[in-house]
Amino acid sequence: MKSGSNLEKVFEQGHFAVTSELGPPKGNDVGVIRKKVDFLRGFVDAVNVTDNQTAIVRMSSIATSAFVIQMGMEPVMQMVTRDRNRIAMQSDLFGATALGIKNIVCLTGDHHTFGNQVHAKNVHDLDSVQLIHMVKTMRDEKTLMGGEEKIEGEIGMFIGGAANPFADPFEFRALRTAKKAAAGVDFIQTQCIYDMVRFKEWMKMIRDLGVHEKVHIMAGITPLKSAGMARYMAKNVAGITIPDALIDRMAKAAKGSEEGIKICVEQIQEVREIEGVHGVHLMAIEWEQMIGRITESAGLLPRPKVD
Amino acid sequence: MIKAEQKPIEEILEYLAPHDHILLSGCGACVTVCHAGGEKEVALLASALRMARQSAGRPLEILEVTPARQCEPEFAQELTDTIGRVQAVLSLSCGVGVQTLTRHFPVTPIYPGVNTAFLGETVEHGLWAERCQACGNCILEKTAGVCPIARCAKQLLNGPCGGSSNGKCEIKRETDCAWQLIYDRSKSLGQLHRLTEIIPAKQWGTQSRDSGPRSIAREDLKV
Repeated sequence: MKSGSNLEKVFEQGHFAVTSELGPPKGNDVGVIRKKVDFLRGFVDAVNVTDNQTAIVRMSSIATSAFVIQMGMEPVMQMVTRDRNRIAMQSDLFGATALGIKNIVCLTGDHHTFGNQVHAKNVHDLDSVQLIHMVKTMRDEKTLMGGEEKIEGEIGMFIGGAANPFADPFEFRALRTAKKAAAGVDFIQTQCIYDMVRFKEWMKMIRDLGVHEKVHIMAGITPLKSAGMARYMAKNVAGITIPDALIDRMAKAAKGSEEGIKICVEQIQEVREIEGVHGVHLMAIEWEQMIGRITESAGLLPRPKVD
Repeated sequence: MIKAEQKPIEEILEYLAPHDHILLSGCGACVTVCHAGGEKEVALLASALRMARQSAGRPLEILEVTPARQCEPEFAQELTDTIGRVQAVLSLSCGVGVQTLTRHFPVTPIYPGVNTAFLGETVEHGLWAERCQACGNCILEKTAGVCPIARCAKQLLNGPCGGSSNGKCEIKRETDCAWQLIYDRSKSLGQLHRLTEIIPAKQWGTQSRDSGPRSIAREDLKV
């Protein structure tokens, strides 16, 4: 085992894995974390704890992940290269693993100008591929980056990364995931999928490169709350494509949120049939209370007990 | 070349408030090319400053000069007599040129009249764009001649982020995605396979500005 995390074991035993997402509080109110954990516990194998997503200042992903463990769930700590250099990130990896965090997702992070500290100096000492390689070196070679200093202890991390099959240039997207595989990633979570045709095309490229045999691909799914949300995302979020047919279906529905859940369940069932997809990553943004219903309706419950 | 933009006149007037006799020095090199601090801009700014101070009831006497390259010691030294006759210098050269004067004239205040912006090229008349960050270890050979350090908002070395859409960057939607350009050019050069190579972490700490101000010493050229 690489880290012995619940998520790793779920994959190793051949189950279809389920993760979700938890955005830390915009302050130190631990009650926010507890509330979200209570919505998710028992429905997912592990939960991603985001790292100042959209560059909005929130409680650190390490501290929040530690609380998530105390509350009886397994975190997947996200780490972005936007805010920390390699000294700080390696130091934080020592701390995170010591606190019992066993999964990480290595990301570049949303650009700081999208957030609430637009005058910050961004760091980007490493990119996400280089961060993946650094964590793998720390885990497998037991040295710091550069290979000289031995680490006291073990950095048992199950290493994740992200992929966006919907951004451009499309032909480079699978190659970039292959680079992450070569750098040492164990699992990949994708951007939210609405354009199933393009996702399937990307998965074919992934299979042609043999990446699906080395890496567990988790399909990213975000339930739509309304036709308005669908239109907004389609227009304003770069790297997300939503087919018109889906927007129309949301618009024509008697109750948008109900239709959104229905679509989400159908999407889970559809991606489950695709060769090489080993799980789903459910990003119910500020809608964590729906995860129980979605996983139940999609036939993903009960979650496997792997210990 | 170095690209710069003139500072707002209100800010310049604040710098010059204590003085009534100055030298306005332009530069015949980079800032002339980007129309920020050449002979023409020196003349225009000088008359604007004179008019502003005249109407404020405190006339400002301005000498005008535009050395060929303000950042070269021999041109700076030629200004010795002139600078001896004024209370301060307003320089329209880049930050380098300002500091050349600073080094040569220890008792005269030297004020910047432009904001030095970046190392860039002329894309078309009236449009300049950043192309180099002087990182100290050029990787253009690996990236099909397009620099992701200067041209990607996240300085990504291993491919485009998820915000690359229709060839443009999500951060500034009028800006080309550097990695789209790298991809397209690699394709036209028949070198797409090279993009699968992982570019390792850059040695910022020892090769870039992060190791402190850099200098180049060539013993063979010293006199």
